[in-house]
Amino acid sequence: MIDVKPLLRMDMMPHMLCPGCGHGIVMGALLRVLQRRFAHLDQVALVAGIGCSSRVVGYIDACTLHTTHGRSLTFATGLKLARPELTVIVVTGDGDGLAIGGNHLIHAAHRNVDLTCILFNNETYGMTGGQAAPTTVPHAFTTTTPYTNNEPPLDAAKLAEAAGATFVARGQAFRPDLLEDILDQAIDHHGFSFLDVMTDCTEYFARKNSLGIGSDLLFSQGRMAVDVAQDLNARGTLHPADGWQMRETQPMGVLHRSSRPTLEEQLGIVPAKGER
Amino acid sequence: MPEKRLLQGNEACALGALAAGCRFFAGYPISPSSEIAEYMARRLPKVGGVFIQMEDEMASMGAILGASLGGKKVMTATSGPGFSLMQEHLGYASLAEIPCVVIDVMRVGPSTGIPTAPAQGDVMQARWGSHGDRSAVALAPASVAEVYELTIAAFNIAERLRTPVVMLYDEVIGHMREGVALAEPAPADLWSRPSTDQKPGDSFLPYQPNSEDVAAVPDFGEGYRFHVTGLMHNERGYPTTSAPVTNRLLERLESKLRPVTEWLQPERYHMDDAEVVYIAYGITARIARQSVDRLRVRGIRAGLLRPRVLWPFPEDAVKAAARHARQIVVAEMNRGQYACEIERAAAGAVPVTRCLKGGGDLISEDELEACVMDAIMDHHQINRIGESPSEAMAKM
Repeated sequence: MIDVKPLLRMDMMPHMLCPGCGHGIVMGALLRVLQRRFAHLDQVALVAGIGCSSRVVGYIDACTLHTTHGRSLTFATGLKLARPELTVIVVTGDGDGLAIGGNHLIHAAHRNVDLTCILFNNETYGMTGGQAAPTTVPHAFTTTTPYTNNEPPLDAAKLAEAAGATFVARGQAFRPDLLEDILDQAIDHHGFSFLDVMTDCTEYFARKNSLGIGSDLLFSQGRMAVDVAQDLNARGTLHPADGWQMRETQPMGVLHRSSRPTLEEQLGIVPAKGER
Repeated sequence: MPEKRLLQGNEACALGALAAGCRFFAGYPISPSSEIAEYMARRLPKVGGVFIQMEDEMASMGAILGASLGGKKVMTATSGPGFSLMQEHLGYASLAEIPCVVIDVMRVGPSTGIPTAPAQGDVMQARWGSHGDRSAVALAPASVAEVYELTIAAFNIAERLRTPVVMLYDEVIGHMREGVALAEPAPADLWSRPSTDQKPGDSFLPYQPNSEDVAAVPDFGEGYRFHVTGLMHNERGYPTTSAPVTNRLLERLESKLRPVTEWLQPERYHMDDAEVVYIAYGITARIARQSVDRLRVRGIRAGLLRPRVLWPFPEDAVKAAARHARQIVVAEMNRGQYACEIERAAAGAVPVTRCLKGGGDLISEDELEACVMDAIMDHHQINRIGESPSEAMAKM
């Protein structure tokens, strides 16, 4: 049993996550991976934007950088180019990373910057009270779609792959063991690694859609962990947590892996693989 | 003795940055500043630096701030529309105390405006363009040689005070070519960011101010683990919602910038006995200086106060001019942005007349002189040298 407490800034506690929030599980998985991989976190930079997921980095005793909404990948790119020896991990959310930050995600993937981008996907803007996000499923109630949401959810993993990410994976809070595995692989990977991680917003999105408590949401994720994507547009109404079929079933695990020169190699900042 | 050569203003900016030790530039093309990015793209890799064209101006700022936190001296360059996009990150850099230099080659605005025509319309934006109570530094060179010198000064200020420094010059200064002999600064003339005297560890306070009121935040990767945020924060860098902590921080961020107006004094041309004082900056000041000479020939004691630091506002210098002059003429290529501040500082001690022009045209000597004459007619304040006021008026 790994003790991750030494990696935490205990003087920042209590954290701001709601009871039952899936983010804590994802953070725990990340902490265990960091604990295993690094003797100390002096050379690990955690860069985040704005949102509940982005707050997570502040609790970790590493080089932590809490930036502006949507722009964490741009800061991370500059930091990595200035200090290529750092392990740079970006934490973002579905709003931070796909709405305001969508363009920066595209370009960071396109450049193949050698960093790991973890998108905590809870299908809403939780920090600001449960507004619609690019990943919100159809027919959902959100505070800015009070007559239900009509837009289909954006597939972050597909976007990242299309933009040129060389490692793309999807995980979920329900399976922290699998999540640790893809986190490890993502950090290992030489190039832009993107993780779409399904978590939950208990306090706003789930409550306003009567989807149950934290454990209900996790078990719903479990039911959906099959390798088949189902067309949600065919469904007319939401179902409660008991059969939470409103959530689009997404492929899980490593979805794409390829290799091409990283941004730092292209700029000659680090020697290309194989060169001395 | 450095060789004299023909140099463009924008090129001088790039050379100044390189001479100051800039080794990271992230930018986005925009007229009339693109030459700066292009020169940096060619020259930075040759000195082991990094150039990257980012996807927009917000990303350019993000990238330079990230690189600055990694220890590099950094710069970006833009014009009005891009400067608008950079405002959020300028605020971030101010609050988080991240050194950087931002060049704004001003063109006619608002909006797309006239991309290839000069203006001085971003002056107030450089002060208040970002939300909240941000304190700002903005420099204003008036020649190609001064673009080079003030770019180096901008880096010095940015590093020593750990602040963003904006440099404003108009499209004419940016694109004009002048014969200049540029001297490489001595290493002792280049300032570095302050280092902390604390050791890494649990009691490390990254945002504890030093004797100059600057937080000596270390670079990431030097063995210190700490948190940087745009939220209001305490000395540990942790977010806070405390009003007293917030107010102390904002007060310190303002007061740490005060030495800038001492370090870079305004140019004072024929100010000792000046009765009519032009206050102007940038290309307008060049023309005003010529007008001073012409007015002196006509017997009018004219002078020029040319701020090189627009912000923080050179309160003392302007108030001194207001005490000794009988007429101030503020000349600028906008609708009176700096004039408001001059009027405020003069506080009624002396009449202040505005000589303004927009639309992309420079203010001519004739126009300046006409402003001066109108002001004299209005206020009957000025004597020709050796004449009584009525004699002076009779001759006009």
